[in-house]
Order: sequence, then C-alpha cells, then structure tokens
Amino acid sequence: MIPFVIDGQPVEGKEGGNVLEVALDAGIEIPHLCYHESVKSYGACRLCLVEVVRRGKSRMTTSCTYPVMEGIEVLTRTEKVLRARRMIIELILAMCPGDKLIQDMAKEMGVQEVRFKKEDKDCILCGLCGRVCDEVVGANAIQFAFRGDRREMIPPFQGEAMSCIACGACVIVCPVDVIRMKEEGDERTIVRWKRTLKMKQCKVCGNSFAPWFQLEKFKEKAKLPKDFFDVCYTCRT
Amino acid sequence: MRGVTEGKMKIRTKDDLEKIKEKGLESLYPKTTKVSVGMATCGLSTGAGKVYEVLQNGVEKAKLPILLGQTGCIGFCQKEPVVDILEPGKPRVFYQGVTPGRSMELVQKWLDNKVVEDLLLCKMEREDWIVEGTTKDYTVRHLPGGIDGTPHYHQVPFYSKQLKIALRNCGFINPDLMDEYIARGGYFGLYQALLGMKPEEIIEMVKRSGLRGRGGAGFYTGSKWESCRRSKDDRKFVLCNADEGDPGAYMDRSVLEGDPHSVIEGMIIGAYAIGAHEGFIYVRNEYPLAIQKLRIAIHQAEEAGLLGENILGSGFSFHVDLFRGGGAFVCGESTALMASIEGKVGEPRAKHIHTTESGLWDKPSNLNNVETWNNVPVIITRGADWYSKIGTEGSKGTKVFSVVGKVNNTGLVEVPMGITLREIVYDIGGGIPDGKKFKAVQTGGPSGGCIPESLIDLPVDFDRLTEAGSMMGSGGMIVMDESTCMVDVAKYFMSFLKDESCGKCTSCREGTKRMHEILNEISEGRGKLEHLDLLEELGWVTAEASLCQLGGTAPNPVLSTIRYFRKEYEEHIVNKRCPAKVCQALLHHRILSNVCTSCGRCAKVCPAEAITGKQRTKKEKGKPFKIDPKKCIHCGMCFEACKFKAIEVE
Amino acid sequence: MENSEVDTIIKQYKGKESAILAILQDIQSKKKYLPKEILEQVSQKMQIPVTHIFRLATFYNALSIKPRGRHKIDVCLGTACHVRGGNKIIDKLKRDLGIPVGETTKDKRFTLESVRCVGCCSLGPVAVVDGDVYGRLTQDKIPALLKEFK
Repeated sequence: MIPFVIDGQPVEGKEGGNVLEVALDAGIEIPHLCYHESVKSYGACRLCLVEVVRRGKSRMTTSCTYPVMEGIEVLTRTEKVLRARRMIIELILAMCPGDKLIQDMAKEMGVQEVRFKKEDKDCILCGLCGRVCDEVVGANAIQFAFRGDRREMIPPFQGEAMSCIACGACVIVCPVDVIRMKEEGDERTIVRWKRTLKMKQCKVCGNSFAPWFQLEKFKEKAKLPKDFFDVCYTCRT
Repeated sequence: MRGVTEGKMKIRTKDDLEKIKEKGLESLYPKTTKVSVGMATCGLSTGAGKVYEVLQNGVEKAKLPILLGQTGCIGFCQKEPVVDILEPGKPRVFYQGVTPGRSMELVQKWLDNKVVEDLLLCKMEREDWIVEGTTKDYTVRHLPGGIDGTPHYHQVPFYSKQLKIALRNCGFINPDLMDEYIARGGYFGLYQALLGMKPEEIIEMVKRSGLRGRGGAGFYTGSKWESCRRSKDDRKFVLCNADEGDPGAYMDRSVLEGDPHSVIEGMIIGAYAIGAHEGFIYVRNEYPLAIQKLRIAIHQAEEAGLLGENILGSGFSFHVDLFRGGGAFVCGESTALMASIEGKVGEPRAKHIHTTESGLWDKPSNLNNVETWNNVPVIITRGADWYSKIGTEGSKGTKVFSVVGKVNNTGLVEVPMGITLREIVYDIGGGIPDGKKFKAVQTGGPSGGCIPESLIDLPVDFDRLTEAGSMMGSGGMIVMDESTCMVDVAKYFMSFLKDESCGKCTSCREGTKRMHEILNEISEGRGKLEHLDLLEELGWVTAEASLCQLGGTAPNPVLSTIRYFRKEYEEHIVNKRCPAKVCQALLHHRILSNVCTSCGRCAKVCPAEAITGKQRTKKEKGKPFKIDPKKCIHCGMCFEACKFKAIEVE
Repeated sequence: MENSEVDTIIKQYKGKESAILAILQDIQSKKKYLPKEILEQVSQKMQIPVTHIFRLATFYNALSIKPRGRHKIDVCLGTACHVRGGNKIIDKLKRDLGIPVGETTKDKRFTLESVRCVGCCSLGPVAVVDGDVYGRLTQDKIPALLKEFK
C-alpha cells in the first residue's frame, strides 16, 4: 500500500490506483461526473480537479487520472480548485440547463447564475455510456464522434446502434439519466440509440426476459449450446 | 533523377562518402551552365511548374548547352518564381518573379553574356557551407553585361541579417539528389557521430549547445534525449513532428520540400544517442509535396545503407517510416500525435509519466520538431561551442520564421536568436506596404499572442516572448497594420481553436466555444464591458483546467490583445465602432454623392439589392446612387467595384 | 468500390490496426469520400468496431463521410490570408454557391471547404480549386473563377 496525504489526512492507496478513488474511500468528497469504478479513468469532465504537491511543485490536475504516489500532498479545496470547479459546472450547466443533477451540483458549488447563452443539450459528454459499452459489455455500439464543439456520443452514422444488445448498462451508468429504456409488449427500446429489440419469452413462465439479439450474441461469444437461454434465469433456479 | 546512389552503391566508409561528395559537387557546380527553378510549394503556386516546362521545351528544341535543375524554396517567397543561373567563372544570378513568357529570355540573354536587368534579384560570388564551416568561392573571371548595380545576395535587405543553418540547403540543392546533399557536408555529421562518438558524448554535445525544441515548447533537447536514453527498454522510438499546424507557418514544409535528408540525418544521430532503432516522421496530410520528397529521400537513404541495418558499418540499425496525418491541429501535441500513430483519434493523454519514459505504444519515445532534428548534424560537425555562441543566453542558435501578413517582403527568414522584432519587420521584412502603420506582430500561432508597437524592440528569444504574453511557437510571424482589427484577430483564433479542440475536456471545449461566442457578440455590436472580465475568467479556466497545451495556451490570443489593445475592445463595446473597419456588422457603407458618377457598377454587384439610383447614359446625366442601410449586408463588393473611390466605409 | 479493392488497400498495410488512418485516406482518395458500406466492410475485415471507424472518420479533417461535388474549393483561412480579407472571399463563395462551408451544391458541381494554411501566404487571400492555387483573390474575381469549372 502506498501512503500519501489528502487535505492533511494520511491515506493509503494500492499500486496503480488513482487519487480520486482513494479520496472517496476515505470519505473525502470530490465532485466528479465522468468517473466510474467499472471503467478506466478518462478525465473529461474536469470537475475532480485537485492540487497535487510533488517534489515541492504544485500542479492542478484531475484526481481520477492522477496515479497514487508515495509522498504526494493532495489538496482538494484550495481557492484555485474551487474557482475552477465553479466555472466548469457553470459551463456544463450552460450546455445542459435542464439536467437536475447538474443544477443541484451547481447550487452546491455556489453558482448562482449562468452567464452564457443557454443551450438545450442534455448529454454532458462524460463518455461513460460509450466506455462501459466498450470496456465492460464489449458491444461497441456507441462512441464519441466529431470533434471540438461538435463532439457527440452517438451510434455510427447517427442511425440505429446496430451492435447494441439493449443490456441497459448505459442507462444505469449515465450520471444525468438521459438514456431511457422502455419496454412495451415484447419489445425493449433504448430510446436514445433508436434501438428496439424483440424480447425472448421464457419457455416455462412465458415472460419476456431479454432481447433475442442480446442472447444470440452471448451464445456466440461464450460458445453456449443453442437452447441455453430457452428458460429464463428465474425459472432455472 | 541522376545520382550515383541510384540503387547500386551502399555507403560503408568515409571514402565512399567522399566519392559521392565528388559526384555531388560535379552535379552542383557543373562545367555546363545550369539553370535552376525553385519548385517548392510557394514556387509552384506562382507558376514555377510552367516556367520549368517552358525552359525544358525551349532548351530541347534549340539544343542549347544548358542543364536544367530544380531546387527548394530559397525563402523569399514574395519573389517567386525564382530562377538562378550558374556558369563556371561567372557570378551566380538569381531572378525573381519569372513568368513562363519571359523564362527563355533569361537563357537567351545569358548565352549572349547579358542579364535581364528588370528581373534580377541579386548576384552571388560565394556560398557559405555551414556544415563544414567553409566557403565555396565561385572564382569569378567574367561579368555578364548589365550586372553592375545588382546587389550581392548578402546585401539584399531580406537576406543580409539572416544566418541559415536550418535552411542551409534550401534553394541550393536539388532535394531529389542525395549526392548534392552529401556534397554540401550532408551525412558527414552522421559518420562522425556513429563512428567517432559514444551516445553519451553526443547527448553531452547537444546539451552544451543549448539547443531548445523548435516546435513551440522549447524544451532543452539534450535533456530530453538524456531522459529518454535513461529509460530502460529495448524498444524505443524517435519521432519527428512534421504536423506543422499553426496557420501562417510553413517553415517545416520548406525544409521537408527542399532538404529532407537533413531531417533524416538528424534523426539517425538522435536515435543512436538515445538507443532507438525505430522512428516515425508524422507529416501533415496537407503537405503532399513534402510527403513525396520525404518518401524519395528515405528510399535513397535506405538504398545507400544510411538507413537500415548496420549503418556505415557501425553496427547500429535504424528504420524510419512516414506517417500521414489526418488533418487535425491537435495532433501536433505530442501525446495526441502518438495516439494518432497508434490508430486512434488524436486525443491527448495525461503526462504525469513523460513520453520519454512511456510514449508511443507505452515505449520510451523522443519527439522533436523538424527544425530541431535538422539542426543536429550541424551541431555535430561544428561543435557545441560554435553553436552556443549564436543567439542569446537562454536561446541558442537560429530560428526560422515565416514572416507574412501586412509586410512587404513575405517569406521565410532564419535569424540568430536575439534579433529584435523591429529588425525582422523593417530591415528584413521591408516594412509595411501602402504606407500604412505597423500595429502588432502575432507570434506563436494560436498559442501565442500579439506584440504591439511599444514592444517592437523586444529581442526574439523564448523567454522574452513568453514574458510579453506571447511565445516563440513554431515560428509563424504575422505582421498586422492599422487595418487589422485586434478583436477580429482574437475571434479568428478562437474560431480556429474551438474547431480544432479534440473536445474531451469540458474546460477547453466549452471554454473556447464561449470565448468565441463573446468575441462574436463584441464584433457584432452586442458587447458589454463585463465581457472583458468574463473573457479573462474563461481564459483562466481554459488554461488551468485543461489537459493539454491546446487548451493550455488557447486564451493567449484573447488575453494578449485585451492586454495591449483594450481601448480597441472598448471602442467596439461602448461606441459600437470598429476603428480598423473590419468587423462587418459595425460598418456603414455610404456613397459620396458628390463623387459618384452614376455608372451603376455598384448596384450591379450588390448581392442584397441595396443600391438604387439612376444610371447615366450617353444622353442623360444620371442621379447619384444610394445605399439602403437597412438592406446592406456590408460585404464590401460595391467598394471593390467602384472605380471612382465614391464609396466611404466607416 | 469493389470488395477486392478494399482488400487490396488493407493488404498493402499488412492489415495492421494502427494503419487504419492511412487505409481510410487511401479509400477516400479513390472514392472522394467514405461511403457507409465501405466503412462497414473495413470494420468487418479488420475486426475494428464500426464505432471506432466512424469516430476516426469524423475526427480528422482529411476524411469525409459526405459525398463531394465534382470540384472541391478549399479557401485558405490561415492567419495571413485572413488578415488580407480571406473571410470576405468565403462569404462571397457562400453567397454565390448558396451553401455553407462543408457542404456541396445541389447540382453536385462544387464542394466548399475551408483549409488552414496552404503555405502560399505571399499570395493571400488564396483558394485551392481541384488542387490548383488561385491567389490574390478579390470578391469580384469569384464569378469568373467559378465559370472555369463545369
């Protein structure tokens, strides 16, 4: 375990870990949007900024990407850090004024007004949905496209996400809840990715339990027998 | 393509090099009269290709005793196409602005021992061979008629204060002929390094020379090499950043088009010093000619055994590959460049761990700019002491600048560090055209800032420029006069940066977007004084919170223009006026009724149908035309069309 | 583009994943843009997710997922050209062609793009049409210039 200090408090992190996860574990609040323990740190939102003092030099950096190192001193609430975080949340709020989480975070950080022309986007471009789809699920159905202020998280060719298996992982991981999943009859739709898939019914209880496409993909990937998913999980156990 | 090294001979010993040098010298200074046309992009875009064609046909048809050659850019791009004639016993003459129609005139007159006086740029009686530190004398015995009064190359104001190290061969060799590169000292530095020096000695020499990166960041090259050498890995990379993305900067392009071997030689030496056996040259996609020349040069070096296994019998092996960029300014950033080579998008990554420890494919990598690599062979042959005597305390050597914009002599100049901006703009650049007044010079591209008249005596030096709120950058130097609007310049750079941002970091993506938005408001008359404070705040967070230096330096153009030209911003905000008459929404176009001749041209070209009046005919006098301010879109077409200066712009 | 043509291009780079940008550029220089079907083919052949290829195709300026016109106009928006009135040239072209930057005219005759620094700064403002450089442009020269291209 590697010892270092956060806000004067001695902490420990394992090799290869990052400062943010150690802080959160130790009960130290650092606001963050694009960090999730199930995927690699990315450092897009810039909210988790902290000042790290190392070998006498201080620099401002994102805590989710800063590696745990012996002897560093991390400061999570300096004047500089708070000023930066306030501006960043204001910028995100100006982009997505309707997102409740962002509104709450902004209020908490003391942002009273938005001094920029408000847009009407909902996606905060944290990338979590795409990263989870790539790294955890392996469906590679959605990813960032375009560049700069035209950057978007979309299915390829802005159409239907053809590799999406409608597992719902992106729905769960989205911090601002803008990916909706709905089920109507025997169909499940991930609305944002325009993906509607027919559900398979359990041979025993008759309930729709998972999309055909998803189950076929699992069988293919894990080389499972043809009838493996004929009975739903509940009925099997 | 002539040349001894065409597919046959491998260079193994110094003797081999000397033999090729002899061949190269014959090629450079043949007994027959040689006519060379500058065929770099600047030349080609002004018609040099046609000039060459005309000469080729003319010489062939009349079976004239003339050899035709091609060279790269000699730097004075304003005067392209440039053609030079070299005959033993006579001074070399350089012609400027040569049109296809007049090219044969140059040759015919020369054969008659005369020059075409009105097209002469200068004459030359000796050449500096900077790699060897010697001079090649032309031993002039005859003077062609009409040449008196022509200045020497070294007397031409554009050239007199220059010291060409990086541009040493550009315009003097045919880049497709490796023999000519070797004839002027090329690859002798490599020989000296590989067979006469240990890697640590080379690094020590580069450190002592004081060479700093020429791409913009200005890191001490020797230290960078040292830290890469220290990294323990049996696979390392040396990389060349030829993704010259600063708009208005084309120094690297000229080196690659006119002297590609200089970069290759530098990289082999560096690779040897660092312990790398693989390299990449990342060239901007928008430079097709540079890519072509590099491919030829790499092939030639490979054929000659200067690239590949056991170079010069030293036991050291090194391969270099070309990588074409995809058109993204952010790929000039070192980690984004490496991501791009790996087949990903050019998104930078955190640099807590330096790329010299973990870079391309997580291997120790040393990235340097074209100009940096190109300086290395000369440092080897001339020594660190010689190099460190040039320049200032903190900035050794020379720097190539592209001097463009509102200046008389546009082109590439290479000057010792420490020269003042005034000397560059006025002595070398020839001052501002049309009698206008100097306003500012923008250095460092989109990462830099504008330096006003009050600081024009600033010495050009990494640290001095940074102190003034700008930076050296890659070397772009855009001269601006009273008809340039600084608000517009800031808006222009922000537009560029928000387009080129990779978009990952909220602070950069949203920061540049909002700064651009506010600058747009100001330029369209909707600015508020609070906007200036807001711009400074946005600038602060964009620089402090972003991951890479695109975001890190993005606010510079805005903050430096506010710092030095605040009054101009206030004029836009408070009085809704653009003093430089650039911001279209703030302009008022008016026809002066007492000057107007009622010719009607303006009304014909007006896209908004905003101009009405009675056109004069042979029989009737017309009535002066009027612009309807409500319909006018301020495009300025009427102003361009009017031959009587009857349109006033305010 | 034939399946086999795509195969040939991929083979040239020995199917290396890191060569994907070069592969896309080579396809683009043959087809003038990157059609969806071809990108899907490349994805399959190289086992790279379509999302990644689409991301590359939309990130880099050199690549286009939109079909291009018969003639491509690249107006230089480099600093030197801008300072000499480059944006007036772009505005004039936008008006005369009736399209914004990045789009193609309905009759597929012209595609209007902007480029940052062609490197002919002494000739500014500059536009490159079908690879040829046209310098020292003024708004009134545009109609004649456009006429040259069918």
